[in-house]
Amino acid sequence: MSHRTMHGAPTRESLTTRISRPFRLGVLGWYEARWGLFFIAPWILGFLVFQFGPMLASVYFSFTDYNVLRPARWIGLDNYQYMVTTDPRFWKSIQVTVYYVVLRVPPTIVGALTCAIILNQSIRGRVVYRTLFFIPSITPGVAAILVWTWVLNPHYGLLNYMLDQVGIEGPSWLGDPDWAVPSLVMLGVWGSIGGTSAIIFLSALQDIPESLLDAARVDGATWLREQLHITIPLLTPAIFFVLVLTIIGTFQAFTAAFVSTNGGPAYATYFLVLHLYERAFQSFQMGYASALAWVLVAFLLVFTYLQIQGSNRWVHYGGD
Amino acid sequence: MSASLPAVRATLRTLVIYGVYIGASILFVIPFVWALSGSLKNPYQLELFPPEWIPDPVLWRNYAEIWTIVPLGRFMWNTLFIAVLSLAGQLFTASMVAYGFAKFRFPGRDVLFLLMLSTLMLPIHVSLIPRFVLFYKLKWVDTFLPLIVPNYFGGSAFAIFLLRQFFRNLPKEMDDAARIDGAGYWRIFFQILLPLSRSALIALTILGFLADWEDFLQPLIYLQSTDKLTVSIGLRFLAVTASSDISGDPTTHLLMAASIVSSLPPILLYVVAQRQLVQGLVLTGSKG
Repeated sequence: MSHRTMHGAPTRESLTTRISRPFRLGVLGWYEARWGLFFIAPWILGFLVFQFGPMLASVYFSFTDYNVLRPARWIGLDNYQYMVTTDPRFWKSIQVTVYYVVLRVPPTIVGALTCAIILNQSIRGRVVYRTLFFIPSITPGVAAILVWTWVLNPHYGLLNYMLDQVGIEGPSWLGDPDWAVPSLVMLGVWGSIGGTSAIIFLSALQDIPESLLDAARVDGATWLREQLHITIPLLTPAIFFVLVLTIIGTFQAFTAAFVSTNGGPAYATYFLVLHLYERAFQSFQMGYASALAWVLVAFLLVFTYLQIQGSNRWVHYGGD
Repeated sequence: MSASLPAVRATLRTLVIYGVYIGASILFVIPFVWALSGSLKNPYQLELFPPEWIPDPVLWRNYAEIWTIVPLGRFMWNTLFIAVLSLAGQLFTASMVAYGFAKFRFPGRDVLFLLMLSTLMLPIHVSLIPRFVLFYKLKWVDTFLPLIVPNYFGGSAFAIFLLRQFFRNLPKEMDDAARIDGAGYWRIFFQILLPLSRSALIALTILGFLADWEDFLQPLIYLQSTDKLTVSIGLRFLAVTASSDISGDPTTHLLMAASIVSSLPPILLYVVAQRQLVQGLVLTGSKG
């Protein structure tokens, strides 16, 4: 429900915003406009100095050879050419990142949705559970990573101990090239499942009109059918929103791999942003690293565009 | 056993729900229990098989030791210092900008607002390197300034967005009345809007603190001296130096103790302030 319907008639302000006719400012209008610009001035300044300016510089750097100490030297498309033709780490990092995104996103969404659905049941002590569910996501990332490294320790870790109890010999997890990315997925899902995404789902769930669910119950729908045919379709806009954000965030994975495996073993967890970080801040190839940043942006744009394209096939926007 | 079928089904349902709740809670909490258990052991106990959940003896002194092997207290103080100064700037300037976007009409306002929102989607990496170069030239590397100063320019787009929603939902009659009484925009801002936005500002403070405590990439790039590190970078520093210990002794118990200690401030803050957090976010109209 938008605030407009809550206050009855649309406000004068909302009407003018919607019509947005060309401005013809009188003396009073100019006075107001000047003050408005004055109040947003900090953001305009910050945007120019810390965002837009750096972005332009980053485009420029990506066509140069630059190590901070000496002036940037224009080399045209060499960075991009080297990236796709010669740099063996680049394709490896793309492959690792995409693999991680593919493995990580589905359980994150399904898990967060499940969390939200069970938190939405009326039950005693719900606040306590909500807190417990939320705690992993506010645990500082590095602390969570260190704890999980210990849980996943091949010899003395909790997970392999539990597997051993049921007669399974667990792998070396973070130390095994085949299991390193799944291990990071496990860690990442644990740390995000009860967090922001679950909260977004929960608030979307609470917006579902009770009358709809009652009608379904009268018709004798089981709990599962109710979820599948009413709740989930009504949640698709929220799912879409969370999906887009999760994919954007997952593409930028860095900290977990940097702290736990440093990209290893055998570059199994060598994410694109790890490559960018090493180029920029360990070998000071600022030009090349800038080119990598733009490749990351290109990936995000393509994936987001594809999702928006695909979304009208499964996202139901309420028509009320 | 003459309970009717619906009653049995209802009981069953409750049992299943409780089962799922408790199962999920265990899944979320067990790594902490494991870490806590490990943090109270010595290297020999860590390698016992099968592991003991309750160590014998319980080594509380590990929690005394972590403050001396690395300046953990210093790390926490640094993080707090950065968070407080950043948040002061962020909340003040984000409120200003949100006020400008919410209550004034000027040419280009809606375009600028969309532009601001679109920066939320942009990865930080496209500006990271030139920003580093800028701060390097300013000789700000290895100071807290690169982590603090940008917050004094509107802070985060998210905060501006949330506060603008909040301001827009306040009735316009309120500031019209103040205008008629002859109050200038500054006075309206300070004496009417900011006090009314208390709950939103508190929610943003909590979220901002959690984010600053967690922040990794930027402090990693800018901070170098050990005594300037933040909690996240300091923990990683401890992990790196501990694993390359010459004596070869595993230091997992100390890492676990340090991880638990540094997780406590955000968790406690959340537990204490979760009502304000939820209230502040709901009132801004972000929900509904």
